[in-house]
Amino acid sequence: MDETLLSEEKTILKLRTLYRKYGYQPYKMNRFEEYDLYVRNKDFLVSDNIITFTDTDGKLMALKPDVTLSIVKNSKDVKGTVQKLCYNEYVCRTSAPGKPFREIMQAGLECIGDIDDYCRYEVLLLASESLKQIADTAVLAVSHLGIITGVLDSLHVSSAAYGRLIQCIRAKNLHEAASVCKEEGVSDENFALLSSLMSASGTPGEVIPVLKTLFPKNSDIEALERIISLLPEGAVKIDFSLLNDMHYYNGIVFQGFVSGAPDAVLSGGEYDLLMQKMGKKLKALGFAVYLDKLEFLLRERNDCDVDTLLLYGEETKPSDVAKKIRELTAAGKSVSAQKITPANLRCRDTVTLGGYHA
Amino acid sequence: MLNVALPKGRLGESVYDMFEKAGFGCPAIKEESRKLIFESVENGVRYFWVKPSDVGVYVERGAADIGVAGKDILLEYEPDIYELADLHCGICRMVSAGPKGFHDDTTRTLRVATKFSHIAQTYYTSQGRDIDIIHLNGSIEIAPLLGLSDLIVDIVETGTTLKENNLEVIDTIVPISARLIANKASYAFKKEEIDAVVRGIKKETT
Repeated sequence: MDETLLSEEKTILKLRTLYRKYGYQPYKMNRFEEYDLYVRNKDFLVSDNIITFTDTDGKLMALKPDVTLSIVKNSKDVKGTVQKLCYNEYVCRTSAPGKPFREIMQAGLECIGDIDDYCRYEVLLLASESLKQIADTAVLAVSHLGIITGVLDSLHVSSAAYGRLIQCIRAKNLHEAASVCKEEGVSDENFALLSSLMSASGTPGEVIPVLKTLFPKNSDIEALERIISLLPEGAVKIDFSLLNDMHYYNGIVFQGFVSGAPDAVLSGGEYDLLMQKMGKKLKALGFAVYLDKLEFLLRERNDCDVDTLLLYGEETKPSDVAKKIRELTAAGKSVSAQKITPANLRCRDTVTLGGYHA
Repeated sequence: MLNVALPKGRLGESVYDMFEKAGFGCPAIKEESRKLIFESVENGVRYFWVKPSDVGVYVERGAADIGVAGKDILLEYEPDIYELADLHCGICRMVSAGPKGFHDDTTRTLRVATKFSHIAQTYYTSQGRDIDIIHLNGSIEIAPLLGLSDLIVDIVETGTTLKENNLEVIDTIVPISARLIANKASYAFKKEEIDAVVRGIKKETT
Protein backbone atom coordinates (compact mmCIF):
# COMPACT_ATOMS: atom_id res chain seq x y z
CA MET A 1 0.00 0.00 0.00
CA ASP A 2 1.20 3.52 -0.80
CA GLU A 3 3.53 4.64 2.01
CA THR A 4 2.56 8.28 1.56
CA LEU A 5 -0.94 7.55 2.84
CA LEU A 6 -1.62 8.35 6.48
CA SER A 7 -2.63 5.45 8.73
CA GLU A 8 -6.23 6.67 8.86
CA GLU A 9 -6.38 6.84 5.06
CA LYS A 10 -4.86 3.34 4.81
CA THR A 11 -7.47 2.01 7.23
CA ILE A 12 -10.31 3.62 5.26
CA LEU A 13 -8.95 2.13 2.06
CA LYS A 14 -8.57 -1.34 3.61
CA LEU A 15 -12.10 -1.24 5.01
CA ARG A 16 -13.59 -0.05 1.75
CA THR A 17 -11.74 -2.79 -0.16
CA LEU A 18 -13.07 -5.35 2.30
CA TYR A 19 -16.67 -4.14 2.04
CA ARG A 20 -16.57 -3.92 -1.77
CA LYS A 21 -15.35 -7.53 -1.89
CA TYR A 22 -18.73 -8.49 -0.45
CA GLY A 23 -20.69 -6.31 -2.87
CA TYR A 24 -21.20 -3.23 -0.71
CA GLN A 25 -21.49 -0.16 -2.91
CA PRO A 26 -19.88 3.09 -1.76
CA TYR A 27 -22.51 5.65 -0.80
CA LYS A 28 -21.53 9.31 -0.99
CA MET A 29 -23.60 11.78 0.93
CA ASN A 30 -24.16 15.48 1.17
CA ARG A 31 -22.62 17.04 4.29
CA PHE A 32 -25.99 18.58 5.19
CA GLU A 33 -29.38 17.14 5.96
CA GLU A 34 -32.68 18.69 6.97
CA TYR A 35 -32.69 19.19 10.75
CA ASP A 36 -36.17 17.69 10.97
CA LEU A 37 -34.77 14.19 10.32
CA TYR A 38 -32.68 14.36 13.51
CA VAL A 39 -35.35 16.00 15.66
CA ARG A 40 -37.65 13.07 14.99
CA ASN A 41 -34.95 10.52 15.86
CA LYS A 42 -32.86 12.27 18.50
CA ASP A 43 -32.46 9.21 20.71
CA PHE A 44 -30.88 7.28 17.87
CA LEU A 45 -27.96 9.71 17.77
CA VAL A 46 -24.80 9.29 19.86
CA SER A 47 -25.20 12.93 20.91
CA ASP A 48 -28.21 15.18 20.39
CA ASN A 49 -26.08 18.31 19.98
CA ILE A 50 -26.37 19.31 16.35
CA ILE A 51 -24.95 22.26 14.42
CA THR A 52 -27.76 23.89 12.47
CA PHE A 53 -28.00 26.70 9.94
CA THR A 54 -30.71 28.22 7.76
CA ASP A 55 -30.32 27.47 4.07
CA THR A 56 -30.94 30.10 1.39
CA ASP A 57 -34.49 28.79 0.91
CA GLY A 58 -35.25 29.21 4.63
CA LYS A 59 -35.03 25.49 5.50
CA LEU A 60 -33.34 24.62 8.78
CA MET A 61 -30.42 22.38 7.92
CA ALA A 62 -27.93 20.41 10.03
CA LEU A 63 -24.32 19.42 9.60
CA LYS A 64 -24.67 15.67 9.47
CA PRO A 65 -24.19 14.13 12.97
CA ASP A 66 -24.93 10.60 11.75
CA VAL A 67 -24.84 8.55 8.57
CA THR A 68 -27.35 5.73 9.15
CA LEU A 69 -30.43 7.97 9.32
CA SER A 70 -29.65 9.50 5.92
CA ILE A 71 -29.11 6.08 4.34
CA VAL A 72 -32.33 4.70 5.84
CA LYS A 73 -34.29 7.77 4.75
CA ASN A 74 -33.21 7.22 1.16
CA SER A 75 -33.61 3.43 1.17
CA LYS A 76 -36.25 1.85 -1.05
CA ASP A 77 -38.79 -0.69 0.17
CA VAL A 78 -38.30 -3.38 -2.47
CA LYS A 79 -39.35 -6.80 -1.21
CA GLY A 80 -36.90 -9.63 -1.72
CA THR A 81 -33.86 -7.45 -2.35
CA VAL A 82 -31.07 -6.33 -0.08
CA GLN A 83 -29.32 -2.99 -0.50
CA LYS A 84 -25.69 -3.23 0.58
CA LEU A 85 -24.00 0.11 1.09
CA CYS A 86 -20.69 1.21 2.58
CA TYR A 87 -19.45 4.68 3.39
CA ASN A 88 -16.71 6.76 4.89
CA GLU A 89 -17.99 10.15 5.86
CA TYR A 90 -17.23 12.97 8.23
CA VAL A 91 -19.90 13.51 10.83
CA CYS A 92 -20.07 16.50 13.13
CA ARG A 93 -20.98 15.96 16.75
CA THR A 94 -19.91 16.17 20.38
CA SER A 95 -18.46 13.12 22.09
CA ALA A 96 -20.42 13.86 25.29
CA PRO A 97 -22.70 16.58 26.67
CA GLY A 98 -20.76 19.76 27.31
CA LYS A 99 -17.84 18.71 25.11
CA PRO A 100 -16.95 20.75 22.00
CA PHE A 101 -18.05 19.73 18.51
CA ARG A 102 -15.66 17.59 16.51
CA GLU A 103 -15.52 16.44 12.95
CA ILE A 104 -15.25 12.66 13.11
CA MET A 105 -14.42 10.28 10.28
CA GLN A 106 -16.75 7.31 10.36
CA ALA A 107 -16.58 4.28 8.09
CA GLY A 108 -19.15 1.53 8.00
CA LEU A 109 -21.80 -0.35 6.16
CA GLU A 110 -25.55 -0.81 6.10
CA CYS A 111 -27.46 -3.85 4.88
CA ILE A 112 -31.11 -2.95 4.24
CA GLY A 113 -33.94 -5.03 2.86
CA ASP A 114 -35.01 -8.65 3.10
CA ILE A 115 -32.59 -9.51 5.91
CA ASP A 116 -32.01 -13.19 6.61
CA ASP A 117 -29.53 -15.17 8.69
CA TYR A 118 -26.98 -15.05 5.88
CA CYS A 119 -27.07 -11.21 5.96
CA ARG A 120 -26.67 -11.22 9.74
CA TYR A 121 -23.71 -13.60 9.46
CA GLU A 122 -22.13 -11.52 6.68
CA VAL A 123 -22.37 -8.26 8.65
CA LEU A 124 -20.91 -9.90 11.76
CA LEU A 125 -18.13 -11.42 9.68
CA LEU A 126 -17.31 -8.05 8.13
CA ALA A 127 -17.35 -6.40 11.56
CA SER A 128 -14.91 -9.03 12.79
CA GLU A 129 -12.73 -8.65 9.67
CA SER A 130 -12.82 -4.85 10.04
CA LEU A 131 -11.29 -5.17 13.50
CA LYS A 132 -8.56 -7.41 12.09
CA GLN A 133 -7.70 -4.68 9.58
CA ILE A 134 -7.18 -2.28 12.47
CA ALA A 135 -5.29 -4.29 15.08
CA ASP A 136 -3.83 -7.72 15.68
CA THR A 137 -5.68 -8.18 18.95
CA ALA A 138 -9.39 -7.50 18.84
CA VAL A 139 -12.64 -8.68 20.37
CA LEU A 140 -16.05 -8.51 18.73
CA ALA A 141 -18.61 -8.74 21.54
CA VAL A 142 -22.10 -9.82 20.52
CA SER A 143 -25.41 -9.69 22.33
CA HIS A 144 -29.07 -10.28 21.44
CA LEU A 145 -31.65 -7.75 22.62
CA GLY A 146 -34.46 -10.27 22.24
CA ILE A 147 -32.89 -12.49 24.90
CA ILE A 148 -32.41 -9.58 27.29
CA THR A 149 -35.91 -8.12 26.85
CA GLY A 150 -37.36 -11.62 27.21
CA VAL A 151 -35.79 -11.96 30.66
CA LEU A 152 -36.61 -8.38 31.70
CA ASP A 153 -40.25 -8.72 30.61
CA SER A 154 -40.63 -11.92 32.62
CA LEU A 155 -39.73 -10.01 35.82
CA HIS A 156 -42.92 -7.86 35.59
CA VAL A 157 -41.32 -4.82 37.23
CA SER A 158 -42.41 -1.16 37.03
CA SER A 159 -41.15 0.91 34.10
CA ALA A 160 -38.82 2.89 36.40
CA ALA A 161 -37.31 -0.34 37.70
CA TYR A 162 -37.07 -1.66 34.13
CA GLY A 163 -34.97 1.38 33.23
CA ARG A 164 -32.76 0.94 36.29
CA LEU A 165 -32.24 -2.73 35.47
CA ILE A 166 -31.15 -1.79 31.95
CA GLN A 167 -28.51 0.50 33.49
CA CYS A 168 -27.43 -2.34 35.79
CA ILE A 169 -27.08 -4.75 32.86
CA ARG A 170 -24.99 -2.19 30.93
CA ALA A 171 -22.70 -1.75 33.93
CA LYS A 172 -22.59 -5.47 34.91
CA ASN A 173 -23.85 -4.15 38.23
CA LEU A 174 -25.23 -7.26 39.92
CA HIS A 175 -25.44 -5.82 43.43
CA GLU A 176 -27.71 -2.97 42.35
CA ALA A 177 -29.80 -5.26 40.13
CA ALA A 178 -30.32 -7.43 43.22
CA SER A 179 -31.63 -4.49 45.24
CA VAL A 180 -33.93 -3.31 42.41
CA CYS A 181 -35.39 -6.82 42.14
CA LYS A 182 -35.80 -7.02 45.90
CA GLU A 183 -37.63 -3.66 45.97
CA GLU A 184 -39.92 -4.88 43.18
CA GLY A 185 -40.62 -8.23 44.82
CA VAL A 186 -39.03 -10.31 42.05
CA SER A 187 -38.74 -13.95 43.04
CA ASP A 188 -35.29 -15.41 43.81
CA GLU A 189 -35.75 -17.79 40.91
CA ASN A 190 -36.37 -14.99 38.42
CA PHE A 191 -33.52 -12.90 39.80
CA ALA A 192 -31.24 -15.93 39.42
CA LEU A 193 -32.11 -16.01 35.70
CA LEU A 194 -31.31 -12.31 35.30
CA SER A 195 -28.11 -12.70 37.29
CA SER A 196 -27.00 -15.67 35.15
CA LEU A 197 -27.65 -13.68 31.99
CA MET A 198 -25.68 -10.69 33.30
CA SER A 199 -22.76 -12.93 34.25
CA ALA A 200 -22.79 -14.90 31.02
CA SER A 201 -19.87 -13.62 29.01
CA GLY A 202 -17.22 -15.49 27.10
CA THR A 203 -16.82 -17.57 23.97
CA PRO A 204 -19.97 -18.96 22.32
CA GLY A 205 -18.78 -22.43 23.36
CA GLU A 206 -18.81 -21.36 26.99
CA VAL A 207 -21.98 -19.24 27.00
CA ILE A 208 -24.51 -20.83 24.63
CA PRO A 209 -24.78 -24.19 26.45
CA VAL A 210 -25.39 -22.26 29.71
CA LEU A 211 -28.08 -20.14 28.02
CA LYS A 212 -29.77 -23.19 26.54
CA THR A 213 -30.00 -24.79 29.97
CA LEU A 214 -31.36 -21.60 31.54
CA PHE A 215 -33.81 -20.78 28.76
CA PRO A 216 -34.78 -24.00 26.98
CA LYS A 217 -36.36 -23.65 23.51
CA ASN A 218 -35.72 -19.89 23.38
CA SER A 219 -35.95 -18.92 19.70
CA ASP A 220 -33.61 -15.91 20.11
CA ILE A 221 -30.88 -18.09 21.59
CA GLU A 222 -31.34 -20.58 18.77
CA ALA A 223 -31.09 -17.72 16.24
CA LEU A 224 -27.94 -16.38 17.88
CA GLU A 225 -26.39 -19.85 17.89
CA ARG A 226 -27.32 -20.43 14.24
CA ILE A 227 -25.61 -17.24 13.09
CA ILE A 228 -22.55 -17.51 15.31
CA SER A 229 -21.99 -21.13 14.22
CA LEU A 230 -21.39 -19.85 10.67
CA LEU A 231 -18.55 -17.59 11.80
CA PRO A 232 -14.93 -18.72 12.07
CA GLU A 233 -14.01 -19.98 15.52
CA GLY A 234 -12.92 -17.21 17.87
CA ALA A 235 -14.51 -14.47 15.75
CA VAL A 236 -16.87 -13.31 18.49
CA LYS A 237 -17.49 -13.36 22.22
CA ILE A 238 -20.90 -13.13 23.82
CA ASP A 239 -21.56 -10.35 26.32
CA PHE A 240 -25.04 -9.28 27.42
CA SER A 241 -23.88 -5.94 28.80
CA LEU A 242 -24.23 -4.59 25.25
CA LEU A 243 -27.55 -2.82 25.16
CA ASN A 244 -28.15 -0.34 22.38
CA ASP A 245 -31.23 1.88 22.56
CA MET A 246 -34.16 -0.52 22.58
CA HIS A 247 -36.45 1.99 20.89
CA TYR A 248 -34.45 1.57 17.69
CA TYR A 249 -32.49 -1.65 17.95
CA ASN A 250 -33.65 -5.24 18.20
CA GLY A 251 -32.06 -8.64 17.66
CA ILE A 252 -28.30 -8.87 17.39
CA VAL A 253 -26.18 -5.95 18.59
CA PHE A 254 -22.39 -5.86 18.76
CA GLN A 255 -19.35 -3.79 19.66
CA GLY A 256 -15.72 -4.14 18.65
CA PHE A 257 -12.73 -3.52 20.87
CA VAL A 258 -9.09 -3.38 19.81
CA SER A 259 -6.12 -3.61 22.12
CA GLY A 260 -4.88 -0.15 23.03
CA ALA A 261 -8.16 1.73 22.53
CA PRO A 262 -10.01 2.49 25.78
CA ASP A 263 -13.53 1.98 24.45
CA ALA A 264 -15.43 0.37 21.60
CA VAL A 265 -14.15 1.36 18.15
CA LEU A 266 -16.96 -0.39 16.29
CA SER A 267 -20.64 -0.48 17.07
CA GLY A 268 -23.62 -1.90 15.27
CA GLY A 269 -26.69 -4.07 15.24
CA GLU A 270 -30.12 -4.74 13.83
CA TYR A 271 -32.31 -1.65 13.77
CA ASP A 272 -35.68 -2.80 12.45
CA LEU A 273 -37.46 -0.57 14.95
CA LEU A 274 -35.81 2.51 13.44
CA MET A 275 -36.96 1.33 10.01
CA GLN A 276 -40.52 1.06 11.33
CA LYS A 277 -40.35 4.51 12.92
CA MET A 278 -39.25 5.91 9.58
CA GLY A 279 -42.18 4.24 7.82
CA LYS A 280 -40.12 1.52 6.14
CA LYS A 281 -41.37 -2.02 5.84
CA LEU A 282 -38.01 -3.74 5.49
CA LYS A 283 -35.35 -4.74 8.02
CA ALA A 284 -31.81 -3.47 8.42
CA LEU A 285 -28.52 -3.92 10.17
CA GLY A 286 -25.13 -2.34 9.94
CA PHE A 287 -22.18 -0.97 11.85
CA ALA A 288 -19.83 1.96 12.05
CA VAL A 289 -16.11 2.09 12.76
CA TYR A 290 -15.18 5.23 14.68
CA LEU A 291 -11.87 6.25 13.22
CA ASP A 292 -11.41 9.09 15.71
CA LYS A 293 -11.12 6.48 18.45
CA LEU A 294 -8.22 4.92 16.57
CA GLU A 295 -6.31 8.18 16.44
CA PHE A 296 -3.74 7.19 19.07
CA LEU A 297 -3.57 3.62 17.89
CA LEU A 298 -2.94 4.54 14.27
CA ARG A 299 -0.58 7.42 14.99
CA GLU A 300 2.41 7.28 12.64
CA ARG A 301 5.59 6.48 14.46
CA ASN A 302 7.72 8.58 12.14
CA ASP A 303 10.96 9.73 13.60
CA CYS A 304 11.45 12.32 10.86
CA ASP A 305 9.31 14.74 8.86
CA VAL A 306 11.36 14.52 5.70
CA ASP A 307 14.23 12.36 4.46
CA THR A 308 16.53 15.17 3.34
CA LEU A 309 16.84 18.82 4.21
CA LEU A 310 18.32 20.61 1.19
CA LEU A 311 19.90 23.90 2.23
CA TYR A 312 20.71 26.58 -0.36
CA GLY A 313 21.64 30.27 -0.20
CA GLU A 314 20.70 33.59 -1.78
CA GLU A 315 23.36 33.09 -4.43
CA THR A 316 22.42 29.52 -5.34
CA LYS A 317 20.87 29.27 -8.80
CA PRO A 318 17.24 28.07 -8.71
CA SER A 319 18.11 25.64 -11.54
CA ASP A 320 20.73 24.00 -9.25
CA VAL A 321 18.16 23.60 -6.49
CA ALA A 322 15.65 22.15 -8.95
CA LYS A 323 18.26 19.75 -10.35
CA LYS A 324 19.26 18.50 -6.90
CA ILE A 325 15.62 18.06 -5.90
CA ARG A 326 15.01 15.99 -9.06
CA GLU A 327 18.02 13.79 -8.22
CA LEU A 328 16.94 13.21 -4.62
CA THR A 329 13.25 12.61 -5.32
CA ALA A 330 14.19 10.27 -8.18
CA ALA A 331 16.17 8.29 -5.58
CA GLY A 332 12.92 7.91 -3.64
CA LYS A 333 13.62 10.53 -0.99
CA SER A 334 11.34 13.24 0.30
CA VAL A 335 13.08 16.61 0.32
CA SER A 336 12.45 19.99 1.87
CA ALA A 337 14.40 22.84 0.21
CA GLN A 338 15.09 25.66 2.68
CA LYS A 339 17.41 28.60 3.09
CA ILE A 340 17.74 28.08 6.85
CA THR A 341 17.06 25.02 8.97
CA PRO A 342 13.43 25.35 10.12
CA ALA A 343 12.80 24.94 13.83
CA ASN A 344 11.32 21.54 14.74
CA LEU A 345 11.97 19.98 11.32
CA ARG A 346 13.25 16.45 11.78
CA CYS A 347 15.26 15.00 8.87
CA ARG A 348 17.43 11.98 8.28
CA ASP A 349 20.18 13.87 6.45
CA THR A 350 21.09 17.34 5.28
CA VAL A 351 22.53 18.34 1.89
CA THR A 352 23.92 21.82 1.29
CA LEU A 353 24.34 23.47 -2.10
CA GLY A 354 26.98 25.99 -3.18
CA GLY A 355 26.04 29.48 -2.06
CA TYR A 356 24.59 28.36 1.28
CA HIS A 357 26.10 30.06 4.32
CA ALA A 358 25.32 28.64 7.72
CA MET B 1 -0.51 -6.92 34.26
CA LEU B 2 -3.60 -5.23 35.71
CA ASN B 3 -3.47 -1.47 36.24
CA VAL B 4 -5.41 -0.49 39.34
CA ALA B 5 -6.37 3.10 40.23
CA LEU B 6 -6.85 3.56 43.95
CA PRO B 7 -8.24 6.69 45.62
CA LYS B 8 -5.62 8.53 47.69
CA GLY B 9 -6.40 8.70 51.38
CA ARG B 10 -7.90 6.55 54.12
CA LEU B 11 -10.40 4.81 51.86
CA GLY B 12 -7.69 3.87 49.36
CA GLU B 13 -5.52 2.41 52.09
CA SER B 14 -8.29 0.22 53.46
CA VAL B 15 -9.23 -0.84 49.94
CA TYR B 16 -5.61 -1.76 49.22
CA ASP B 17 -5.71 -4.03 52.30
CA MET B 18 -8.64 -5.87 50.67
CA PHE B 19 -6.63 -6.35 47.48
CA GLU B 20 -3.69 -7.60 49.53
CA LYS B 21 -5.81 -10.09 51.46
CA ALA B 22 -7.31 -11.25 48.16
CA GLY B 23 -3.81 -12.19 46.96
CA PHE B 24 -2.93 -9.08 44.95
CA GLY B 25 -0.46 -7.48 47.32
CA CYS B 26 2.36 -5.10 46.46
CA PRO B 27 4.46 -4.58 49.63
CA ALA B 28 6.26 -1.48 48.27
CA ILE B 29 3.02 0.48 48.46
CA LYS B 30 3.21 0.51 52.27
CA GLU B 31 6.70 1.99 52.37
CA GLU B 32 6.96 5.70 53.23
CA SER B 33 7.51 7.45 49.91
CA ARG B 34 6.10 10.06 47.59
CA LYS B 35 5.88 7.60 44.74
CA LEU B 36 2.46 7.25 43.13
CA ILE B 37 2.96 4.06 41.11
CA PHE B 38 3.76 0.64 42.59
CA GLU B 39 4.16 -2.63 40.77
CA SER B 40 4.15 -6.27 41.77
CA VAL B 41 5.26 -8.38 38.82
CA GLU B 42 4.73 -11.49 40.91
CA ASN B 43 1.05 -10.73 41.52
CA GLY B 44 0.47 -9.15 38.12
CA VAL B 45 -0.73 -5.77 39.44
CA ARG B 46 0.34 -2.16 39.16
CA TYR B 47 -1.31 0.25 41.58
CA PHE B 48 -1.45 4.00 41.33
CA TRP B 49 -2.81 6.57 43.72
CA VAL B 50 -5.06 9.17 42.17
CA LYS B 51 -7.42 11.86 43.42
CA PRO B 52 -10.65 10.05 44.43
CA SER B 53 -12.78 12.06 42.00
CA ASP B 54 -10.41 11.15 39.13
CA VAL B 55 -10.60 7.35 39.50
CA GLY B 56 -13.57 7.16 37.10
CA VAL B 57 -11.67 9.13 34.46
CA TYR B 58 -8.58 6.90 34.70
CA VAL B 59 -10.71 3.80 34.33
CA GLU B 60 -13.06 5.10 31.62
CA ARG B 61 -10.11 6.27 29.55
CA GLY B 62 -8.29 2.96 29.95
CA ALA B 63 -5.24 4.30 31.85
CA ALA B 64 -6.40 1.91 34.59
CA ASP B 65 -8.06 -1.43 33.91
CA ILE B 66 -9.88 -1.37 37.22
CA GLY B 67 -10.25 1.05 40.11
CA VAL B 68 -12.14 1.87 43.25
CA ALA B 69 -14.46 4.86 43.31
CA GLY B 70 -17.22 6.11 45.58
CA LYS B 71 -20.77 5.71 44.27
CA ASP B 72 -21.09 9.51 44.59
CA ILE B 73 -18.37 9.99 41.97
CA LEU B 74 -19.98 7.42 39.66
CA LEU B 75 -23.39 9.08 39.94
CA GLU B 76 -22.01 12.58 39.49
CA TYR B 77 -19.74 11.96 36.48
CA GLU B 78 -21.46 8.89 35.01
CA PRO B 79 -18.34 7.33 33.49
CA ASP B 80 -19.07 4.56 30.97
CA ILE B 81 -17.61 1.71 33.01
CA TYR B 82 -18.56 -1.61 34.56
CA GLU B 83 -19.46 -1.52 38.25
CA LEU B 84 -18.43 -5.00 39.33
CA ALA B 85 -18.72 -5.01 43.11
CA ASP B 86 -19.90 -3.08 46.12
CA LEU B 87 -16.98 -3.10 48.56
CA HIS B 88 -19.19 -2.21 51.54
CA CYS B 89 -16.66 0.32 52.82
CA GLY B 90 -16.52 4.11 52.76
CA ILE B 91 -20.18 3.94 53.69
CA CYS B 92 -22.08 7.22 53.88
CA ARG B 93 -25.21 8.87 52.41
CA MET B 94 -25.94 11.55 49.84
CA VAL B 95 -28.57 13.72 51.49
CA SER B 96 -30.44 16.95 51.17
CA ALA B 97 -30.12 19.01 54.33
CA GLY B 98 -31.37 22.36 55.53
CA PRO B 99 -31.71 24.56 58.60
CA LYS B 100 -33.58 22.89 61.47
CA GLY B 101 -37.33 23.19 60.95
CA PHE B 102 -36.92 24.03 57.26
CA HIS B 103 -40.21 24.50 55.43
CA ASP B 104 -40.15 24.04 51.67
CA ASP B 105 -42.07 26.86 49.99
CA THR B 106 -43.13 25.06 46.82
CA THR B 107 -44.35 28.32 45.21
CA ARG B 108 -40.78 29.39 44.55
CA THR B 109 -37.61 27.95 43.05
CA LEU B 110 -35.56 25.99 45.54
CA ARG B 111 -31.94 27.15 45.79
CA VAL B 112 -29.62 24.18 46.33
CA ALA B 113 -25.90 24.49 47.08
CA THR B 114 -23.81 21.43 46.26
CA LYS B 115 -20.60 19.95 44.95
CA PHE B 116 -22.74 17.30 43.26
CA SER B 117 -24.71 19.35 40.71
CA HIS B 118 -25.66 16.42 38.50
CA ILE B 119 -26.91 14.25 41.38
CA ALA B 120 -28.92 17.17 42.80
CA GLN B 121 -30.39 18.04 39.41
CA THR B 122 -31.38 14.42 38.72
CA TYR B 123 -32.93 14.01 42.16
CA TYR B 124 -35.05 17.16 42.08
CA THR B 125 -36.02 16.64 38.43
CA SER B 126 -37.36 13.21 39.39
CA GLN B 127 -39.51 15.01 41.97
CA GLY B 128 -40.67 17.59 39.45
CA ARG B 129 -39.16 20.38 41.58
CA ASP B 130 -37.73 23.51 39.94
CA ILE B 131 -34.33 24.23 41.48
CA ASP B 132 -31.48 26.69 41.12
CA ILE B 133 -28.18 24.86 41.54
CA ILE B 134 -25.39 26.78 43.21
CA HIS B 135 -22.19 24.86 42.55
CA LEU B 136 -19.68 25.12 45.38
CA ASN B 137 -16.38 23.31 45.88
CA GLY B 138 -16.30 23.15 49.67
CA SER B 139 -17.78 24.38 52.99
CA ILE B 140 -21.22 23.62 51.55
CA GLU B 141 -22.79 23.69 55.04
CA ILE B 142 -22.46 27.46 55.41
CA ALA B 143 -24.47 28.22 52.24
CA PRO B 144 -27.93 28.07 53.94
CA LEU B 145 -26.58 29.83 57.03
CA LEU B 146 -25.49 32.81 54.93
CA GLY B 147 -28.68 32.84 52.85
CA LEU B 148 -26.84 31.71 49.73
CA SER B 149 -29.10 28.69 49.38
CA ASP B 150 -32.21 27.14 50.93
CA LEU B 151 -30.76 23.64 51.10
CA ILE B 152 -27.61 21.71 50.46
CA VAL B 153 -27.00 18.34 48.81
CA ASP B 154 -23.92 16.70 50.24
CA ILE B 155 -22.36 13.55 51.63
CA VAL B 156 -23.01 12.76 55.27
CA GLU B 157 -21.16 10.12 57.24
CA THR B 158 -22.03 10.70 60.92
CA GLY B 159 -23.99 13.96 60.63
CA THR B 160 -21.75 15.79 63.15
CA THR B 161 -20.81 18.62 60.75
CA LEU B 162 -24.47 19.17 59.93
CA LYS B 163 -25.43 19.29 63.62
CA GLU B 164 -22.62 21.69 64.47
CA ASN B 165 -23.91 24.03 61.78
CA ASN B 166 -27.55 23.78 62.88
CA LEU B 167 -28.55 21.76 59.85
CA GLU B 168 -30.50 18.54 59.65
CA VAL B 169 -31.04 15.84 57.06
CA ILE B 170 -34.25 16.31 55.09
CA ASP B 171 -34.00 13.37 52.71
CA THR B 172 -31.59 10.58 51.92
CA ILE B 173 -31.01 10.70 48.18
CA VAL B 174 -28.84 7.63 47.82
CA PRO B 175 -26.64 5.44 50.00
CA ILE B 176 -22.95 5.65 49.09
CA SER B 177 -20.12 3.13 49.33
CA ALA B 178 -16.92 2.27 47.47
CA ARG B 179 -17.36 0.32 44.22
CA LEU B 180 -14.93 -1.76 42.20
CA ILE B 181 -15.12 -0.53 38.62
CA ALA B 182 -13.59 -1.73 35.34
CA ASN B 183 -12.87 -0.33 31.91
CA LYS B 184 -15.13 -1.97 29.31
CA ALA B 185 -12.38 -2.60 26.75
CA SER B 186 -10.02 -3.92 29.43
CA TYR B 187 -12.73 -6.33 30.51
CA ALA B 188 -12.98 -7.62 26.95
CA PHE B 189 -9.25 -8.44 26.91
CA LYS B 190 -8.48 -9.21 30.58
CA LYS B 191 -11.71 -10.84 31.73
CA GLU B 192 -10.01 -13.70 33.58
CA GLU B 193 -7.63 -11.44 35.54
CA ILE B 194 -10.39 -8.96 36.41
CA ASP B 195 -12.83 -11.71 37.40
CA ALA B 196 -10.12 -13.21 39.65
CA VAL B 197 -9.76 -9.88 41.47
CA VAL B 198 -13.55 -9.52 41.78
CA ARG B 199 -13.86 -13.04 43.20
CA GLY B 200 -11.03 -12.43 45.67
CA ILE B 201 -12.39 -9.07 46.79
CA LYS B 202 -15.97 -10.36 47.12
CA LYS B 203 -14.66 -13.12 49.35
CA GLU B 204 -13.10 -10.46 51.57
CA THR B 205 -16.24 -8.33 51.72
CA THR B 206 -18.85 -11.00 52.44
